[in-house]
Amino acid sequence: MKFAVIQFPGSSCDLDLYHAVKDVLGEEAEYVHHHETDLSAYDAILLPGGASYGDAVRAGALARTTPVMDAVIRAAEAGKPVLGVGNGFQVLTEAGLLPGAFLKNRDQKFICRTVKVQVVNNRTMFTSEYTEGEELDIPVAHGEGNFYCDEETYGQLKENNQIVFVYADGNPNGSVGDIAGLVSEKGNVLGMMPHPERAAESILGSEDGLNVFKSIVKEWRESHANQA
Amino acid sequence: MPTKLEPTAEQIRDEKIYAQMGMTTEEFEMAVKLLGRLPNYTETGLFSSMWSEHCSYKSSKPVLRKFPTEGPQVLMGPGEGAGIVDIGDNQAVVFKMESHNSPSAIEPYEGAATGVGGVLRDVFSMGAQPIAAVNSLRFGELDNDRDRYLFEEAVAGIAGYGNTIGIPTVAGEIQFDPSYAGKPLVNAMAIGLLNHEDIQRGLAAGVGNTVMYVGAKTGRDGIHGATSSSEEISDDPGKERAPVQAGDPFTEKLLMDACLELVKSDALIGIQDMGAAGLTSSSAEMASKAGFGIEMNLDLVPQRDEDMTAYEMMLSESQERMLIVVQKGREQEVIDLFAKYDLEAVSIGHVTEDKMLRLLHKGEVVAEVSADALAEDAPVYNKPSSEPAYFRQFQEMEQQEPEVDDYAETLVSLLKQPTIASKEWVYSQFDHQARTNTVVAPGSDAAVVRVRGTEKGLAITADCNSRYIYLDPETGGKIAVAEAARNIVCSGGKPLAITDCLNFGSPDNPEIFWQLEKSADGISAACLALDAPVISGNVSLYNERGGKPVYPTPTIGMVGLVENLEHATTQEAKAAGDFVYLIGETKTEFGGSELQKMLNGGKISGKAPAIDLEVEASRQESVLSAIRQGIVQSAHDVAEGGVAVALAEKVFGTGLGADVQIEGSAVTALFSETQSRFIVTVKPEDAGRFEELVADAVKIGEVTQAERLVIRDADGSPLIDQDVPALESAWKGAIPCLVNSEG
Repeated sequence: MKFAVIQFPGSSCDLDLYHAVKDVLGEEAEYVHHHETDLSAYDAILLPGGASYGDAVRAGALARTTPVMDAVIRAAEAGKPVLGVGNGFQVLTEAGLLPGAFLKNRDQKFICRTVKVQVVNNRTMFTSEYTEGEELDIPVAHGEGNFYCDEETYGQLKENNQIVFVYADGNPNGSVGDIAGLVSEKGNVLGMMPHPERAAESILGSEDGLNVFKSIVKEWRESHANQA
Repeated sequence: MPTKLEPTAEQIRDEKIYAQMGMTTEEFEMAVKLLGRLPNYTETGLFSSMWSEHCSYKSSKPVLRKFPTEGPQVLMGPGEGAGIVDIGDNQAVVFKMESHNSPSAIEPYEGAATGVGGVLRDVFSMGAQPIAAVNSLRFGELDNDRDRYLFEEAVAGIAGYGNTIGIPTVAGEIQFDPSYAGKPLVNAMAIGLLNHEDIQRGLAAGVGNTVMYVGAKTGRDGIHGATSSSEEISDDPGKERAPVQAGDPFTEKLLMDACLELVKSDALIGIQDMGAAGLTSSSAEMASKAGFGIEMNLDLVPQRDEDMTAYEMMLSESQERMLIVVQKGREQEVIDLFAKYDLEAVSIGHVTEDKMLRLLHKGEVVAEVSADALAEDAPVYNKPSSEPAYFRQFQEMEQQEPEVDDYAETLVSLLKQPTIASKEWVYSQFDHQARTNTVVAPGSDAAVVRVRGTEKGLAITADCNSRYIYLDPETGGKIAVAEAARNIVCSGGKPLAITDCLNFGSPDNPEIFWQLEKSADGISAACLALDAPVISGNVSLYNERGGKPVYPTPTIGMVGLVENLEHATTQEAKAAGDFVYLIGETKTEFGGSELQKMLNGGKISGKAPAIDLEVEASRQESVLSAIRQGIVQSAHDVAEGGVAVALAEKVFGTGLGADVQIEGSAVTALFSETQSRFIVTVKPEDAGRFEELVADAVKIGEVTQAERLVIRDADGSPLIDQDVPALESAWKGAIPCLVNSEG
């Protein structure tokens, strides 16, 4: 299985995702420059965390305008798994692939610490290796991680089971409904603020994020085995 | 905008305009002699900035010469952007600490942010990928709006820059004292990694090779920053509007990635950051170091502001710029490389044989000065030094044990002192995990960062107890290095080398110069004893306000090698039933201690704690050897606040407690700050081996399941018996509480 790690101008944590997929999981991964317009060679698309464009204007707002984003949207429409972490989640909302928007953290300060994240929906291609209700230790690192959507949207997200992860032990940033991660209606686009790629090795404190990537690989293998 | 009228060479001399740029009459006359004529306005600017303390180290050079800078591990010592140490397997670690005090006193967010940006450029200009950032900060007590503002904004500035560029801030230290009121110290350190063959230097060699400008455009920001950072902070509000540079971490990220690709190309001859004194220092130093000259056409310099003069362009300290020299004929390759990162690379000049720095602007030669005269011939001052009266007085005082009524209450008060209190409020604002290599995060004795693809790690710390240094600079200098090394050892590393940032008041005051000299003696002695040479550093003098200097603060940044990440050790206790050992005897030593400061309204006096470097070295060796044999569960040095505070810190965040018994006078045993001590925990089955390895370890108790900290006297009756969560909440809540207070 081949992963694309998108590099927007100034993407600062592309390495973290690349390393988790390539070195920890042992899958194929390649960096893809923001000028690229064709992602057909890749089976899954990863949008990295950190910052892009120095987080100018709004985090993710400028990255959304790069040429590669049209290809990302096409990949999402084609049903390929698309995962955005941190800044990647912000880019996905800016691009309209996921609903909602991000505000500055409730306390107005950047926050970097490990939080408890609960799996509320394990019936997605990103979470099938988890059990429902499972609590995970995964770090957050963001200044604009306060997810916002109106009540109607929140109601739909709940009704459609699009909320995948919630903050379980205190809401670090003020997000509506403690939302830490959500999928698109079709279920193949996941945005999450906690960084599963930073919780992929026990030496760094937690392996609880690794199953996000393992789920993607397993689902992909199974669907391709069926086709074959 | 009309072209500004610049004073003539005669006016500069007659009206002493050079003095406004920070030059003395003697220095001006020296420049005239070297030049063989009167310098024009631009040339006077070149001399004044290159001969500023910040660029020339003219006052501190005689002191810096004392530092041991060699060792088998040293690949490059002081003199380039950053020093380099070998870590085996053809890899090397590059590091440097730098001050950004005076801009941070004026505009703390941008001052601190650009401090981070500048030191990162020092590291990647050597060809190294930055892998971690560290900071050392000093502020006044958080009891007034101004110092709270400086603290909050400086922290936010460091976060804003480091987090955006994606280099994790993995460690740091902060102390608070009235001596830093309104004059904070902001020292930033960067650590990078490279393969030996990628080491770069700032050289402008090879006649005809092309001088290129890369990165952000030049504006009027920061003009004469090198000079103003070599002066006392003024209380004159008009003068306080001194120019402060603004940082752009996005451009820096692009510049960093582009430069790290460039260093793999053999088209590159030399590369240097445009730091203090920007275009002037980078061009003059690159030419002088290589033994060549540089001619630049300033019309070609990318400019952000309109109608900039030669003087302004040469003296601007706009951020995120680099000067590079590339092989003639290969400019296009370099232009194409930078274009990939949406950056401009512009040819602005070439290397010459005549060793001159020659500047052209609008068709005229506007400056023509020997590069060596600027970079090498600055005067060196052997400043007068005299022992302050206070020192003799303090040395004659006997060590006294402060009076304490309630030990538990005293412990709680100590845990709430901002210097001791948890710094989580600070480091939770720093992305300390970017690049996914942080094995030991902030909050332990030293950070440990993995060297990806190997079993190795780097232990990183910054330290300096300036109170000890004020009381006794030589002893305090030794302690600063020894404590840094202790932190490295507690984390499972062997000290490799140090970088230093010498923050002092005015060297024109003989008593301050004496502090500088003596602390350098102490640092040197400790570096030799602990095998950690000085490989880079920075000097920041004139840290004064209203004639009041800061405490002498020679900050030590140290990097150690963790041979195998299995040795990485943290300070927290691991399991109930583990034995608690105290290593090193405790004497009555309260001079400069946290307890003395707390009980005396911020004032300190007496002798600093003594230190025997031989004892220190052998104890560190035995602790490290026990850690490497895998029989130490946790290790922590005993520092501010003594054994009681160290024990509390060992159980915080663990869900465990400790029950220990101590000997001797209670106040001394609990709170004295005797040096060269460690507290470690060991599994009972390893106790025998541990005691054999570490001769002066004394078992004082056990880690307990009950979340209580119980410290008993020799008879077994409790001196302190406290609920750990309550202690922890006092310790954690102190800084947020001070920040949110008013008045």
